[in-house]
Amino acid sequence: MAAQIQYADVEVGTELPAASFSVTRATLVRYAGASGDFNPIHWNEKFAKEVGLPDVIAHGMFTMAEAIRVVTDWVGDPGAVVEYGVRFTKPVVVPNDERGGLIEVTAKVAAKLEDNRVRVDLTAMSAGQKVLGMSRAVVALA
Amino acid sequence: MALDQSFVGRSYPPTDPYEVGREKIREFAVAVGDANPVYTDPEAAKGYGYPDVIAPPTFVFAITFAAAGQVVEDPQLGLDYSRVVHGDQKFAYARPVRAGDRLSVTSTIEAVKSLAGNDIIDIRGEVHDETGEHVVTAWTKLVSRAPEEA
Repeated sequence: MAAQIQYADVEVGTELPAASFSVTRATLVRYAGASGDFNPIHWNEKFAKEVGLPDVIAHGMFTMAEAIRVVTDWVGDPGAVVEYGVRFTKPVVVPNDERGGLIEVTAKVAAKLEDNRVRVDLTAMSAGQKVLGMSRAVVALA
Repeated sequence: MALDQSFVGRSYPPTDPYEVGREKIREFAVAVGDANPVYTDPEAAKGYGYPDVIAPPTFVFAITFAAAGQVVEDPQLGLDYSRVVHGDQKFAYARPVRAGDRLSVTSTIEAVKSLAGNDIIDIRGEVHDETGEHVVTAWTKLVSRAPEEA
């Protein structure tokens, strides 16, 4: 492991650089292919509305993949992430236009643990709503 | 209809190995828009001490979720998959998944609950490589929503 952040340099409350990730219908088609999840709620507006959704929604796993980038971009080595968990609380709605949806992620160090590990708590918002709950990662720092 | 509690603790046979390919990792990294070279450049990965490119943290879900299909589609369990949504997801990594891994998954039902007409099932997937080394554990909570009142 080769984390670029020193354990000694962070404190409880240290904020990681925030990031926003856009998601369009094209993004979802690409993610469906890469992940093998072809559930039509992620690409077929008619189907999504028939099952009671407001519109096509992003894969929860796509949102989870974007959120952890705030941590992996910060620490450098993605292999430094030793635990990562989320609850899918609200869907990320993806309108059929150029702009699509936006996932806004902030994160901060919530606890310093043993063995140079820290717990990072993440917040992921879209359209003013929290889309991931209990979103936490444990990261091994240098 | 409430799911059968006797399924708690049931394990399913390990899946046939899934061979992780460099190009599949690249495809996934492109799909999530992540340009970290450790996902695509073996030399960059070696710089971090890995023998080959590694996969993004959530990549393994495609493998563990496919394995969880054994549970989801178990006719004896009787989960209504058309009403299933993904509730929670968690991973604990012993090491990153990397190109060349041949991974098999052993799925176990950890909990079965019924809450307000929703069926909730917790599945743990233990992922091992070809040498038997533990790579990652994935916990997946699936919620089969109660049908609407007719």
